[in-house]
Amino acid sequence: MPVTLVKEKYPSKVGEVVLGATAAEGGTRTSVIRVGGDGTLPFLQFEGSVENRPIIAMEVTDIVPPWNDTIKEQFGDVLGNPVAMAKKCVEEFGADAIYLKLIGADPEGENRSPEQCAQVVKDVLAAVGVPLIVVGCEDPEKDNEVMAAVAEAAAGENLLIGLAEQDNYKSITAAAMVHKHNVIARSPLDINICKQLNILINEMGLPLNKIVIDPMIGGLGFGIEYAYSIMERARLGALAGDKMLSMPMICTVGYEANRAKEANVGAGEFPGWGELQDRGILWEAVTAAALLQVGASILLMRNPASVRLVQRNIADMMEQNA
Amino acid sequence: MGLTGLEIYKQLPKKNCGECGTPTCLAFAMALAAGKGSLDACPHVTDAAREALDSASAPPIKAIKFGSGSILGDETVLFRHDKTFYHPTTILIQVSDTMSDDEIAAKVAEINDLEYDRVGLHYSLDGVAVVNESGDAARFAAVVAAVAKATEKSMVILSNSAEALKAAVPQVAERKPLIGSATADNYEAIVNLAKEQAVPVILKADGLDALNDLVEKAQALGYKEFVLDPGSRTPSQSLANFTHLRRLAIKKKFRPFGYPVIAFTSKSEPLDEILEASVYVTKYASAIVIKTSIKAHLLPLLTLRQNIYTDPQKPIQVEPTLHVVGDVNEDSPFYITTNFSLTYYSVEGEVEASKIPSYILPIDTDGTSVLTAYAAGKYEPDKIAAAMEASGIADKVKHRNVIIPGYVAVISGKLQELTGWKVIVGPRESSGIVSFARTL
Repeated sequence: MPVTLVKEKYPSKVGEVVLGATAAEGGTRTSVIRVGGDGTLPFLQFEGSVENRPIIAMEVTDIVPPWNDTIKEQFGDVLGNPVAMAKKCVEEFGADAIYLKLIGADPEGENRSPEQCAQVVKDVLAAVGVPLIVVGCEDPEKDNEVMAAVAEAAAGENLLIGLAEQDNYKSITAAAMVHKHNVIARSPLDINICKQLNILINEMGLPLNKIVIDPMIGGLGFGIEYAYSIMERARLGALAGDKMLSMPMICTVGYEANRAKEANVGAGEFPGWGELQDRGILWEAVTAAALLQVGASILLMRNPASVRLVQRNIADMMEQNA
Repeated sequence: MGLTGLEIYKQLPKKNCGECGTPTCLAFAMALAAGKGSLDACPHVTDAAREALDSASAPPIKAIKFGSGSILGDETVLFRHDKTFYHPTTILIQVSDTMSDDEIAAKVAEINDLEYDRVGLHYSLDGVAVVNESGDAARFAAVVAAVAKATEKSMVILSNSAEALKAAVPQVAERKPLIGSATADNYEAIVNLAKEQAVPVILKADGLDALNDLVEKAQALGYKEFVLDPGSRTPSQSLANFTHLRRLAIKKKFRPFGYPVIAFTSKSEPLDEILEASVYVTKYASAIVIKTSIKAHLLPLLTLRQNIYTDPQKPIQVEPTLHVVGDVNEDSPFYITTNFSLTYYSVEGEVEASKIPSYILPIDTDGTSVLTAYAAGKYEPDKIAAAMEASGIADKVKHRNVIIPGYVAVISGKLQELTGWKVIVGPRESSGIVSFARTL
């Protein structure tokens, strides 16, 4: 006997955000990327449209990054050269976008000037055709200066820039508005602050389709379940019509997963955990795969081997199941 | 489950005799609705009413138990934040009877060894699925017997042939394996075998309509210990099927699908297979059969399972007693944090990485993080002072320095006053501990 399936009817959709701009739109990207737009829970095509597949943006740094050797080895001699690194990510590893992290701006580190940082962004823009996601060094004051310079230097490119936070969102939002970029709104694993921050940014005049939510995920084994449930609630909120929760979500998978000891220490130190090689790859890839199931649209990833796995997982999940 | 007091009351005899221990039938109905009593307490309820109430109050997904402590099903929600997921996915590793005896022995030994300790938790792999790929009933029975001897873990016994299952199952029936798979072609023989041996059985059909037909036919044989397999073998189709099964069972109380679900991975490359299994762990599979048995592959999967099945309302806590990292001495630094497991192990990991033997005292904050505890008044100086006193730290170190989390720098004055110890404000994030420790 045929079974009558339960198919939910959602009154609303996740908002769609466009990253990058082609020459026709005033930028220099060879193509743009659309994220979000889904009218259903992740990958449930049988009850709504899955407009855009989730994308992977690979992390590129302006100076040699403090990553573990199993990841660094896969990049070879391009580390510390953001242009070559970005090219490698796109051409060899198939990154959909580049996540440029300007850690060289750190006042406690190399303390590069905003102008130097803006130049790096321009160089990377010239080297690759994919859209760029650019964030600073996590020193709020310095980042405000750096991102203002970056936003100006890359005007027209329709970047995704970060980070806007509850107590520091004005200057980056202003920079994004003036130079027409998108903004990452980051909230500390709290759906109420997440919503409030989106309202504050929107009140400054930045349209909702220029905002992406960063829920500050925890990595596998270190609080991923909190992010998992918050993202699931945000997606349900978006589908139920809550406009202030309907932005696409971005996840700092590479950073969080690779903070874990499980992704860094070898079998010599922890024989019970097995060999580091595959364990490290999976620690990042499983973090990503789990968050895909609750609506991640942009995965910020680091380990090329993990990226390859997650690319295949996304392709699998996008297969028709209606 | 889910019946209101009034719905129950309609089925009661309405004698108000008080024999059930409550003064009126309505009060008894209310007690039942609240789960405080059993229908057995009423001597006058009719059999028809009893059946109506029992089936209405039965859980939406039946609990199926097998092997050594494996519990499948018995779930009540679609999203973990609605309540919690109760029974962590049972993960089984496949062993084929086409492998040589030595290969099987090595594989089972490897499976037995899949035990892990991380952040104060212990994970272990649940069991072995023996698959009849040889087409030989005698070989299959011999392999099942050998595996049963070599491991204490739960067993799944899989064959397309009723003959092979008849040969293999009875000899290990007391281990209560899960057997399968019964299909439209052979269900009578296999379900009857399961019934005779009192073991649960997998019903496998191609698609949900066919599965519905099969469940109804199998139930007609007078047995209900089932696990469902909708036949899909791709991640996307399985996600859709598992979602439909879970929704129909929970939202529509659709009885034929009120059983747990088993998933089989299709990927042959082990890392892809782990990602495929991750999808099934998050989305409703009660059991998963996988092929890889490599240590480094299973740890991430078992960690995800533990995370997803954590009760969102009960944070995992560590003992609020003095913890020791490394080979401490009387000069070792002394940190305080909270007993929220995630907070504690973030601190412990960094203290360990600093390679300086140290003491860490997690304060009992009912398993909340530093800022949450502080905001809730559970991280007050007098409480911390009392915990320090009780921990006996004063006898263990000769210095009088206590390092507190940077986020609660504001309590340092009061704490110093209460304890007489010098309060050192540490970094805000535990990730700053390594560089901070060097400055001590």
